[in-house]
Amino acid sequence: MRLTCTVNGTEQQVDDVWEGESLLYVLRERMGLPGSKNACEQGECGSCTVYLDGVPVCSCLVPAGQAEGCEVGTVEGMATEDSLHPVQQAFLDAGAVQCGFCTPGLLVATDDLLARSLADGGGPPGDEEIREALAGNLCRCTGYEKILDAVKLAASRMAESAR
Amino acid sequence: MSAPARTPAGAPGHLTGPGSSGGVGTDAARPDGTLKVRGEFAYGSDLWMEDMLWGVTLRSPHPYARIRSVDVGPALAVPGVRAVLTSDDVPGEKVYGLELADQPVLALDVVRYQGEPVALVAADHPETARAAAARIVVDYEVLEPVTDAVTALGHPRWNQVHDGTAEVTELSRESAHLHPEGNLVRHLKVRRGDPSPTADVVVVGEYEVGMQDQAFLGPESGLAVPAEDGGVELYVATQWLHVDQRQICSALGLPPEQVRLTLAGVGGAFGGREDLSMHVHACLLALRTGRPVKMSYNREESFFGHVHRHPATMRYEHGATRDGRLVYVKAQIYFDGGAYASSTPAVVGNGGTMGIGPYVVPNVHVDCYGAYTNNPPCGAMRGFGSVQTAFAYESQMDALAAELGMDAVELRCRNAMEQGSTTPTGQVVDSPAPVVELLRRLEAMPLPEAPAELDLRHMPGGVSNTTHGEGVRRGVGYAVAYKNVAFSEGFDDYSTARVRLEVVGGEPTVTVHTAAAEVGQGLVTVEQQIARTELGVDRVVVHPKDTQVGSAGSTSASRQTYVTGGAVKAACEAVRGRLLERAAGLTGRPAGELRLFDGAVVADGLELPLAEVLGDEAVEETLEWRHRPTEAIDPETGQGFAHVQYAFSAHRAVVDVDTELGLVKVVEMACTQDVGKAINPQAVVGQIQGGTAQGLGLAVMEEILIRDGRVQNPSFTDYLMPTILDVPPMRIEVLEYADPHAPYGLRGVGEAPNISSGPAVLAAIRAATGLPLNRVPVRPEHLTGT
Repeated sequence: MRLTCTVNGTEQQVDDVWEGESLLYVLRERMGLPGSKNACEQGECGSCTVYLDGVPVCSCLVPAGQAEGCEVGTVEGMATEDSLHPVQQAFLDAGAVQCGFCTPGLLVATDDLLARSLADGGGPPGDEEIREALAGNLCRCTGYEKILDAVKLAASRMAESAR
Repeated sequence: MSAPARTPAGAPGHLTGPGSSGGVGTDAARPDGTLKVRGEFAYGSDLWMEDMLWGVTLRSPHPYARIRSVDVGPALAVPGVRAVLTSDDVPGEKVYGLELADQPVLALDVVRYQGEPVALVAADHPETARAAAARIVVDYEVLEPVTDAVTALGHPRWNQVHDGTAEVTELSRESAHLHPEGNLVRHLKVRRGDPSPTADVVVVGEYEVGMQDQAFLGPESGLAVPAEDGGVELYVATQWLHVDQRQICSALGLPPEQVRLTLAGVGGAFGGREDLSMHVHACLLALRTGRPVKMSYNREESFFGHVHRHPATMRYEHGATRDGRLVYVKAQIYFDGGAYASSTPAVVGNGGTMGIGPYVVPNVHVDCYGAYTNNPPCGAMRGFGSVQTAFAYESQMDALAAELGMDAVELRCRNAMEQGSTTPTGQVVDSPAPVVELLRRLEAMPLPEAPAELDLRHMPGGVSNTTHGEGVRRGVGYAVAYKNVAFSEGFDDYSTARVRLEVVGGEPTVTVHTAAAEVGQGLVTVEQQIARTELGVDRVVVHPKDTQVGSAGSTSASRQTYVTGGAVKAACEAVRGRLLERAAGLTGRPAGELRLFDGAVVADGLELPLAEVLGDEAVEETLEWRHRPTEAIDPETGQGFAHVQYAFSAHRAVVDVDTELGLVKVVEMACTQDVGKAINPQAVVGQIQGGTAQGLGLAVMEEILIRDGRVQNPSFTDYLMPTILDVPPMRIEVLEYADPHAPYGLRGVGEAPNISSGPAVLAAIRAATGLPLNRVPVRPEHLTGT
């Protein structure tokens, strides 16, 4: 089948997609966007998290055809050419990146959390809110402490710059 | 040959980092960090080439069976299939292995575990390949599997009455040797002091540790590209390129010049990538089809595609005086190695030589066994033979303290190893061993306070709303552990570094080339830091990791910062020596007065930019570097200088247990660890936090469940590992007592915290519940008795 959707603001069209392919597979293998990761392909680890029409989803569980006509946002769309997104920068500064395989999914999930928390002048999320929001993202390297640090660092920087 | 076309920029490629700077002892930024957060770092599963094929593996559904026949015809008939291979297509040696070559590249006449590779398929699309593999017809004669290490060795099982021996049953299965030499992989004996000691107080315990999975997130993956010279280029996520190369060459029947490996991005390892997985398979398919072949396991296949942590069955007997001095320890330790040897001999080495913990004991009698069974093969995982025994010896110390009516930390301190102590293997500890200080510092840390108001998120069971505090008991537990750093028992353990200094675009630039695998731990950062410190140059480029330079040894045993760090340091020193000689010639000042600082040769009243010293020339040195040698241990007594260095860590765990439902909430973990010298403090703390989480996981949730040799839970749905809700806040204190034998005084960091963490959690659950608990992971039914 043919699939047409918008990825990171650019219209993409791919042909000969087999109906059984996931959105993750199409992004990685047909669109040249391997940033979203294939850790479990079972919807358990969150490493493939992308935005589908603004909602974070496990792209491994989304049949590619379901993305027809949708807006997809991936980790590759977060930074500009010159500068990283504040969440990306905070993950680096806090030491929250080791092997990095969970990182793309966590970045998208964190971006979503902070967008919701900081909307309309809301404050940074607390530890327990962060834990609940990121409970679907497995990380095997860090023990999560520095991920919490990174989310809090990003939240404070983003809240500061929004003032 | 061309590199993979869609290698997203940077990896495999030269890593420079975004203007990162900082030498030894700083929190220098990772050179691969920006690529990783941008989603541009190329992991093994990201590699892609125009015209590439996908390879998949057909695996045995049976834990033990004889293969009568294999018919690949139906698979070959599937449109889009380019090759189907079996063991007949392996041109070189048909078996391989890290320590013993006993594992078939593809099944020969017998399969010895569920998931053993039987055949390979390459096709245009991964689903085509999978569908074709399912059409291969294998006729199996199913055999009864041997699934217990003690039974496999024909040893009598001890029974629940501690000193009696149980009747031996099912001898017929023991006689069914799984390998020609029998089912014993290794028996290590440690004999020290009086063989028949007596003591005032004796405690006996029996312990079990379940099978843990490394569960690295990046699946086994790589891309094999046939080369014009008849050889192959393999881009692969692995832990030791050169040991892979040796085994691949053997299987392919090709010389090393024709099998060239480059490290692809590695999504975690933890020991699970020490053995080959898809390496030879992808090369076979690429050479057969003449096309690039990518293989990438899905999660279920990953559970069958790598070795796991050995399950252990252990019996310990501790004797002590009334005032709490250990008189003797006797231990029998059985590691279930599964179907093939992998690194079982070395795991037995660690389990046996360090099996009583960091304590001074005059009389020691340890028997440690590794056995073949028809369970999944077990090999390296972080902590490597020391994780299992720590659960037993630390449980014993708690039991002994209870028997003596003594504080458990006090008992440990009275018997703690220190510098100058003699280990059970007769080795004198010749660098700081601050076991007492690690424990006392933990004790001095404040305990977490009970929350002021009810918040379900702090309760066992969390927002499942299973308790509002009723039935919840708090417990606190301590544990301390130690682990050898680097390879032991006389292994020729070295690394190779090539360091080049030149001026690029007017800027002094160092290129560091080693084959040491970066698996997430941050070795690439450490390599840069060492070069900056030794050569006074800010811009350091990390060359891609490949086999175009000599072996770096394995990224395991907490050894790379020590050994490859040592090699990079030594190569930098050699470069510096040549550079300063040249500068001495230019300036007329003795080389001994000159040093390198901030891109210049400096001395009193002198600052000569490196660009002027070097001109268009480069200074390059390549050398091998070894840590001081260790020696094999005596096979009858276990005595010998087996280990080059020890790492020490201790943990305190605080848990809340819902005693009615058997749910555990770990409230806080505290850790103290001596790292000798923190080369990158942020990365050191990251290792401690990550290791702590993996130890916690084994204590309360992580286990590959095996029934009759079959894995019951090969998915992240059913193999539970800690989420961000399960891992609590941590207090960490890092001590830096230099080891005078090591570069910068550093100690390996990665494994120790993985060893002491779980036993502390287990001790805390015991303290909360009053239950003896002799098995990990602890399950709810162990706590409720239901």
